[in-house]
Amino acid sequence: MALYSEKVMEHFRNPRNVGVIDDANGIGEVGNAKCGDIMKMYLKIEDGIVKDVKFETFGCGSAIASSSMATELIKGKPVKEVKEITNKSVAEALDGLPAHKMHCSVLAEEAIAAALEDYEKRTGNKT
Amino acid sequence: MIYADNAATTKMSEAAFNTMTSVMNEIWGNPSSLYAHGQKAKDVLENSREEIARLIGADPREIVFTSGGSEADNQAILSAAETGRKKGKTHIVSSAFEHHAVLHTLQRLEKEGFSVTLLDVHENGIVLPEEVEAAVREDTCLVTIMYANNEIGTIQPIKEIGEICRKKSVIFHTDAVQAIGHIPVNVKDDNIDMLSASAHKFHGPKGVGFLYVRKGISLTNLIEGGAQERGYRAGTENVPGIAAMATALKESISKTDENRCRLAAARDRLIEGLRQIPHSALNGDAENRLPGNVNFCFEGIEGESLLLLLDDKGICASSGSACTSGSLDPSHVLLAIGRVHDVAHGSMRLSLGEDITEEQVDYIIKSVKEVVDHLRGFSPIWRDLISGKRKFIL
Ligand SMILES: Cc1ncc(COP(=O)(O)O)c(C=O)c1O
Ligand SMILES: [Zn+2]
Repeated sequence: MALYSEKVMEHFRNPRNVGVIDDANGIGEVGNAKCGDIMKMYLKIEDGIVKDVKFETFGCGSAIASSSMATELIKGKPVKEVKEITNKSVAEALDGLPAHKMHCSVLAEEAIAAALEDYEKRTGNKT
Repeated sequence: MIYADNAATTKMSEAAFNTMTSVMNEIWGNPSSLYAHGQKAKDVLENSREEIARLIGADPREIVFTSGGSEADNQAILSAAETGRKKGKTHIVSSAFEHHAVLHTLQRLEKEGFSVTLLDVHENGIVLPEEVEAAVREDTCLVTIMYANNEIGTIQPIKEIGEICRKKSVIFHTDAVQAIGHIPVNVKDDNIDMLSASAHKFHGPKGVGFLYVRKGISLTNLIEGGAQERGYRAGTENVPGIAAMATALKESISKTDENRCRLAAARDRLIEGLRQIPHSALNGDAENRLPGNVNFCFEGIEGESLLLLLDDKGICASSGSACTSGSLDPSHVLLAIGRVHDVAHGSMRLSLGEDITEEQVDYIIKSVKEVVDHLRGFSPIWRDLISGKRKFIL
């Protein structure tokens, strides 16, 4: 058996929504280089909806696939729904992750939360 | 597929495979049995022992067969510790980048009251004999320094360290798992008291190895039971594996000179090619290293994703990143040579096989360049590095 599911490998090989948003109004960066995974999430929120999302990730296959899947799950969604996304929902959407790789998907949840917090700070809007 | 992970394990040679299957098929008796069918197996066992002893400059009675390198390391260290304990000597000298089979055994002894000095391996990954000399104390019972490192391939000054240990009357053990069959090793010339080896690193089968123990040094056995291996290691012997190990070692050593030159040329071509990747660095000394070992760090990327994408291109490699080890810390070997965490996560080891071609080397270089570029393309660390927000280390 392979280390990762086909879905994980597909997102890892062809990550969606990579890059930066120059006029993002919510940016979150989590993790650190010491532990080996860093995820940076850029959000463009308009009228309570995630109009655009992009990410950059330094990390393992699980971290990259989780970031990619997380962006797919939140793109076009109302902020209210975005806040409900957890690392479990990301992992499930990827057809599961090996147990010792779940911590990498936690970063995706945390990156979204950090970006939303940044959005609140910048705009004064409650999410 | 280009298999470039020969430090992890090697493919069995055809000759070793044939020895193994024919012994399994025809000489399957128990070497401890009296009848001719058993005694035939005994002959295979003892002929293998003689062959292996001859190949490393030892006496057949100085060879104990084990289940591999880990067991040999454990037995060697625990035996020397036991001898030391009886004389009130409970200090051991080793190095910071030993294999875990050594390091974890030393940690166990520390819990039992031993003190351990782990020597620095410096930026080039080489232990200094004068530092071994300075570390040896009145109460030192063992010096254990690996012959060649499994991750960065650096070859240690074993002969010099052995000489110091002889002078100071301290037992000297070396984990030669990565060296045997790849570079010349002779226990007499190298002043070695105990040496560990593992068949699957030189085209023999997995799960079999041996421990060389110089005459006069006492052994403690880890496995109690029958009187096999002169009482030092109980259990019916793995005769097919041992016979195949002897075949593999003979073959590897007979081809060592020829392979070493070819491999070293391929290794150096690979190193030259990978050096062209900006902000990368070779890990470990460029000269004193195993002929097939290449180990690099690439700044701004993580090792596991590099390996997965190389796998897609048909290249088998390994990494010392945290996410490949299942812990949060990257390889202790890379940390020991002074690589900081950020950089150690982006490491890659290629350990070439004897059949590597120049075309394959060039393909590896091209593939690694592509993958590193791709991963840097969406790495937030790389963005910070090139925008000046973060300082380049390499
Ligand atoms: C330096 C070193 N020592 C010990 C071992 C353990 O050998 P084995 O897998 O035969 O137990 C290895 C192999 O991983 C090694 O590279
Ligand atoms: Zn990870």
